[in-house]
Amino acid sequence: MSFKPAFLAVPGLALFASAAQASIDETINTAVGAATGPFVSFIFSPFPGTSFPWIVMWLVIAATIFTLYFGFIQFRAFPHSIALVAGKYSDPNDAGEVSHFQALATALSGTVGLGNIAGVAVAVSIGGPGATFWMILAGLMGMASKFTECTLGVKYRNEYANGTVSGGPMYYLSKGLTAQGKGGLGKVLAILFSIFCVLGALGGGNMFQANQAHAQITNIVGDYPGWITGIVFAAIVFAVIVGGLQSIAQVTEKIVPLMAVIYCGAALIIILMNIDKLGWAFGQIFSGAFTGLGIAGGLVGALIQGFKRAAFSNEAGVGSAAIAHSAVKTKEPITEGFVSLLEPFIDTVVICTMTALVIVITGVMTIDPDTGLYVWDEAAGRIATVDNASGVALTSAAFGSTISWFPYVLAIAVILFAFSTMISWSYYGLKAWTYMFGEGKSKELTFKVIFCIFVVIGAAMNLGPVIDFSDAAIFAMALVNIFGLYFLMPIVKAELTSYQSRLKSGEIKKFA
Amino acid sequence: MTTETYVVAYEGDDDSTKVLDYAMASASKAGAKLYLVHILEWSPYSFLTPTEIEERTMRRKEELARAKSVIIDPALAKVTAAGLEAEGVIKYGSVVELVAETASTVGASMIFVGRSGSNSISSRVFGSVPLGLAQIAPVPTVIVP
Repeated sequence: MSFKPAFLAVPGLALFASAAQASIDETINTAVGAATGPFVSFIFSPFPGTSFPWIVMWLVIAATIFTLYFGFIQFRAFPHSIALVAGKYSDPNDAGEVSHFQALATALSGTVGLGNIAGVAVAVSIGGPGATFWMILAGLMGMASKFTECTLGVKYRNEYANGTVSGGPMYYLSKGLTAQGKGGLGKVLAILFSIFCVLGALGGGNMFQANQAHAQITNIVGDYPGWITGIVFAAIVFAVIVGGLQSIAQVTEKIVPLMAVIYCGAALIIILMNIDKLGWAFGQIFSGAFTGLGIAGGLVGALIQGFKRAAFSNEAGVGSAAIAHSAVKTKEPITEGFVSLLEPFIDTVVICTMTALVIVITGVMTIDPDTGLYVWDEAAGRIATVDNASGVALTSAAFGSTISWFPYVLAIAVILFAFSTMISWSYYGLKAWTYMFGEGKSKELTFKVIFCIFVVIGAAMNLGPVIDFSDAAIFAMALVNIFGLYFLMPIVKAELTSYQSRLKSGEIKKFA
Repeated sequence: MTTETYVVAYEGDDDSTKVLDYAMASASKAGAKLYLVHILEWSPYSFLTPTEIEERTMRRKEELARAKSVIIDPALAKVTAAGLEAEGVIKYGSVVELVAETASTVGASMIFVGRSGSNSISSRVFGSVPLGLAQIAPVPTVIVP
């Protein structure tokens, strides 16, 4: 463990850190790795005789079914979705209420984050450039899943007398299925979803974020123990979610969109600077999607990685967005479905693709000059990379190869993205928690404290166990949510038909 | 003869008292009625945290109730006590746009606005309410210093 001079400036901390580091990190790694292992292997167990995890198939099939069932709604309703976000159908008398734009922006700040930066790097380095193709496809299909779940989120939300609202899969699963005479099933699914949502909030929404934020900081300032980052992060998260310091969260919510714009801007600049390689990069993406380019996993490997990362990044089918979108002011639940379908588009089709293009174009993944194929690093289980970088470090290296100072900007972006995702997921987790245990100060505080403890655990662990657990928890949410969506999709269809006919007849009119 | 309506952009601070006094004096001379507009600055494109989103409807109710009881109602009481006819409205959005829009919808013949805040740095960069109204007001606008 080496420290850079900046850290020697605080010798007390450094010495203490150095001595305690190995034991604490290892202890946490072993304990959490052992505890989560069986859960992870169940979720990702492949179909017998193949390497294809059944859960990935589950998401793909769902997105395909929703796409077909709603007649390619993601393409048909795209212009109307933009009009809704622009406020063209918003009643001016509702000004001061949550607008479609605000609901979308808040949901996006929960999803745009490390999945777009680190997750894509993981997918492309394991599955090859071809993973990008499957990721885009999954993003496009996922738009239909998001449409379905967010419509239901608004339709079956709880509105309380004081004006606050609570919504999400736990509410539509129980209320929606009860209305269909399947109350028992609905309650079981709602509870299962809530359990997985709490785990997902602690995994992907928390530990993975803390872990990658720490990785990015060490990338800049040098190596130091993860639990230090963890404690600092946990203290800030604690101040916001327990101390009620919404001002910190507000600042983050305002900076995050700016960061997303800067990130996409930088990616575009890099792509434009290497415009001559763009055709080649797309060639790699397309041929890799179907041939695997000789990468160990081949076509299936690329597909699995692409779909996994898309799902982890845009959360379509997972149900989390339905919680975020359910508070919008609208008389028509379906309008929030339309708005939410833009989310996977922005998140995956635009932002994730940019990350993938930058990684492919800048050549940070090693290519064998003789064969023109990527060099497989057997020990690491992925393509060999510059400086052996993986995850967020690989994305950072790719941006840094063209814009030398960009890793510093990226580090700030990663930290802010991580933070805003944590705040969003602490809310999702809390909603699931209170659904199970009831609302109340002490019950809420219990969850919030557990959440903060997991920040420290996440920052201290190695990437492997963290990413596996966070994936597993998020996918487990999708397992329950999608199962329920199959029963509830006719309700969405009825809403859609009614809305479209009223839009056509002019009953639903434009205000602007 | 129809009664004229004067729209007053009423913020509820000290400057607004001057605006209101001036508008009342003008209205009593002309026999006009006053229409007080109080705007709660709001953009549908601002960013909110999940908790703020959840509580928005509740907060909006509280904000409207507070604006009514603390700002608009006392002002209306003052105007009617002076023997003038008055109405008041509270809206969310951009001050300049909504004051101008209200003047159009109620068919006002004049707008009264205070000069408050015109010296701040942000108003120099982004423009102040009186400057904005000077540009888009549909009727003559009085800026009360």
